[in-house]
Amino acid sequence: MRYLPLTDADRREMLSVIGARSVDELFRDVPDSARLGAKIAGLPDHQGELEVERAFQTYAAKNVSPGTAPFFIGAGAYRHHVPSTVDYMIQRGEFLTSYTPYQPEITQGTLQYLFEFQTQITLLTGMEVANASMYDGSTGTSEAVLMANRVTRRHKALISGGLHPQYRRIIETAAKWEGFSAVVRTPDVEGLEDLIAAVDKETSCVVVQNPSFFGHVRDFAKLAAACHAAGALLIVVVTEVVSLGLIKPPGEMGADIVVCEGQSIGNGLGFGGPYVGLFATREKYMRQMPGRLVGETVDADGKRGFVLTLSTREQHIRREKATSNICTNAGLCALAFTVHLTLLGEAGFRRLAEINHAKASELADRIGALPGVKVMNESFFNEFTVHLPKPAAPVVEALAAKRILGGLPVSRLIPNDPSVENLLLLAATETATEAGMAPLVAALKEVL
Amino acid sequence: MANSQDRSQGRTGGIVSGGAAEAATFTGNRALQIEEPLIFEMGQPGRCGVDLPEPPKVKDRLNGLRRTGEIGLPGLSEPQVVQHYTRLSQKNYAIDMGVYPLGSCTMKHNPRINEKVARLPGIGDLHPLQPVSTVQGALELIDRLAHWLKTLTGMPAVAMSPAAGAHGEMCGMMAISAALEARGERAQRKVVLAPESAHGTNPATAAALGFTVKPIPANDRGRVDLAALKAALGPDVAAIMLTNPNTCGLFESEIVEISKAVHAAGAFFYCDGANFNAIVGRVRPGDLGVDCMHINLHKTFSTPHGGGGPGAGPVVLSAALAPYAPYPWIVKDGDKWRVAEDGAAVAGTPLGRLKAFHGQMGMFTRALAYIMSHGADGLKQVAEDAVLSANYVMAALKDTMSPAFEGPCMHEALFDDSFLKDTGVSTLDFAKAMIDEGYHPMTMYFPLVVHGAMLIEPTESVAKEDLDQFIGALRSLTQRAKTGTAAETFKAAPLYAPRRRLDETLAARKPILRWRPSNNPPETDPVKQAAE
Repeated sequence: MRYLPLTDADRREMLSVIGARSVDELFRDVPDSARLGAKIAGLPDHQGELEVERAFQTYAAKNVSPGTAPFFIGAGAYRHHVPSTVDYMIQRGEFLTSYTPYQPEITQGTLQYLFEFQTQITLLTGMEVANASMYDGSTGTSEAVLMANRVTRRHKALISGGLHPQYRRIIETAAKWEGFSAVVRTPDVEGLEDLIAAVDKETSCVVVQNPSFFGHVRDFAKLAAACHAAGALLIVVVTEVVSLGLIKPPGEMGADIVVCEGQSIGNGLGFGGPYVGLFATREKYMRQMPGRLVGETVDADGKRGFVLTLSTREQHIRREKATSNICTNAGLCALAFTVHLTLLGEAGFRRLAEINHAKASELADRIGALPGVKVMNESFFNEFTVHLPKPAAPVVEALAAKRILGGLPVSRLIPNDPSVENLLLLAATETATEAGMAPLVAALKEVL
Repeated sequence: MANSQDRSQGRTGGIVSGGAAEAATFTGNRALQIEEPLIFEMGQPGRCGVDLPEPPKVKDRLNGLRRTGEIGLPGLSEPQVVQHYTRLSQKNYAIDMGVYPLGSCTMKHNPRINEKVARLPGIGDLHPLQPVSTVQGALELIDRLAHWLKTLTGMPAVAMSPAAGAHGEMCGMMAISAALEARGERAQRKVVLAPESAHGTNPATAAALGFTVKPIPANDRGRVDLAALKAALGPDVAAIMLTNPNTCGLFESEIVEISKAVHAAGAFFYCDGANFNAIVGRVRPGDLGVDCMHINLHKTFSTPHGGGGPGAGPVVLSAALAPYAPYPWIVKDGDKWRVAEDGAAVAGTPLGRLKAFHGQMGMFTRALAYIMSHGADGLKQVAEDAVLSANYVMAALKDTMSPAFEGPCMHEALFDDSFLKDTGVSTLDFAKAMIDEGYHPMTMYFPLVVHGAMLIEPTESVAKEDLDQFIGALRSLTQRAKTGTAAETFKAAPLYAPRRRLDETLAARKPILRWRPSNNPPETDPVKQAAE
């Protein structure tokens, strides 16, 4: 077995040093009833690299990759071009095969990139502090609600109908089992929802998304003021982080916690994970944050260095009083994010956002010109909702039969709701081309 | 001059020498150890690491919310970016460099075929919400891994979506809450029992779900005190959370009696699967009476630890808990796969949803590649070699270091600090001295039940000659410590790492969590601040 360095001679020699006759003897604490003498039945034996690779090529061949078809799906996961440098860097063994930097003297590489990452997140979101990442945007959003409950000592979260439906369900799940109340609004298809009147003295937080799940871009400054007047926190979720290159950041609107899905930068679609959650807040709430934090300090020679810090919030110290049960985060995805964003820089990031907006604008104009199709958005970034003259799900299936991945039928994520049955959510990033748009428009014309 | 001393030295400035005997260098670099500034100290306006076309001019539809003002991101060219991260990488220890005996973390070899197959376009470049007819292979792959996990654990069901071990704990404990609710006992059973030696995540998870955590003492053999456990069980107990093999590296020899007692009391048995590597392919947790167990794919199944994630924490479930598995469920209808998402009818009442989309697919792919490479025969050998290696380390050091418990260990060897008594050397000092010998230290001060704990998990990936050198280094350090005159040297360690010991107190007292232009010297020099 190529991964196992011990030879039979090594094993014999080691057993004799231990003073055991067989490896079985080392398992003597396992009850007889549970000790398997032979290998587990019904599973194949080991295989060479060639055979393993072939098996995965077979799995891969049964899928339609977006790189081989016109592709316009978003809804919380976006297909962007990731520069080659990013994937090369994250595969360096010193990053890939290192762990949480518990020993800072020999993990300054990880600690410094996380410190840079934290800084980048504060700049993008317009916030004061950020952590070293969360599992993803969806779980990060639920953690933000729990944090708001801790900060305000209240137990009622108000959830916008513009929040990604799966994010909403994760909050509802946490509410049910962790014991707080989540007041959920109906889907905000038109982007006109007004939450201000619903904020009261029991509200711990209001959770909104910008651009919303349906694509609308909104100003939450008044909502932030209403939240603060009532003693509640405003949580702004961003599922398409590239939008922050073009849209006023949540920090400038008065957000108290900002959670982003960072997948768009540096991380591929990967069929849904692993992604990277970005989590930022105000300095005054720093000690209520979940997750790991990297801070600057000096070493015994007075040189600048970085360490994990404020760990008295965390489970390994605080145990049942911890701010969260999280220990690891998404270190390597955070590295991919920070390398990509460093390559982009100010100019590249802004331009990338401009291109996304322009591509989506073009797509919206072309789709909106089709008979019976109505674009629901006055505003959007790179994703928008259209109302079709018939249910969207079979339309998307008909497009897939033509090898076109033509958006998401909203009914897939909001089932059993006739009001969204005809809605199709479409996204266009910098990867969209005329060679993709033209077939989509033509095929839609045909199947509608 | 990307590396000139005024920037590379950060806030200290000037020429720095690494130790009294070493000559200073102009750059502050020492050969391959290159000082590296922050990206924010390197950027120049007008530089960019990507070439993007001029965007077409369109009327913007941003609701008047166009971002104004600088974001503040630095501009670097591609070669600078490559050099920056390469230099940073060289300041890290890693599995690829040598023995990484971090107990409880299973720092085994990470095969590169796993990385390659995860990046096949037909696997890595798939959108989670594509029509299911276009992702049949992806769903089949997830189900194949699920089949392996169920078979290896002897459990009937698995929830694949949790993103990490701690997230899996949340999933498992929610499933237990759901089962209790279905029995009408959720309000009554509010206590979760956990040994004092438990990972911190166990009590944190239980508390988050509204349970009161009651510690169970250990006996003098480092196992759960069965009599104390039985005394604690009652109609108010929801579950026990138990790691097995436990955090002392020992198999809970009375595990069957424990699970019987727990079930007889109407409670559930949550097993923390962090240490599954010790028994994979040799013992099925289902045979021990486990109701649910998370599996850290980044431990037992070699998906890369990545500097702290991403992980993946699928949870295997007993028949009693299977109906409550969260959405999504992957279901086969005839010869077609589909994803049952929120609201879809399934053979159960899902507890809700824990994560967007379908889980950590990239980790699933790597774990399955690892599993297929080993097969049933190789996985059994993994557990045996891991346990053999830990016992070898224990046997080779027991005369000079102090094992915490008698008898064979499983996949990790636990020592206390009694062998350092009166030497003036602490567990921390000993660990830092290991760095100078070229090793990542073992897990220190965990589990909490052992004084000055040192938890060594060599894993199955280390060749015997490397184990021998590691043992030799620890024996040498032990001898030096025991001379009683080496405390100062130990306290100065490490001397040869990219950084000497870092001031963690300063970092926590005056947190600097981001770069700001004003962080630069000399205005906010933390040494001066500390003096003030």
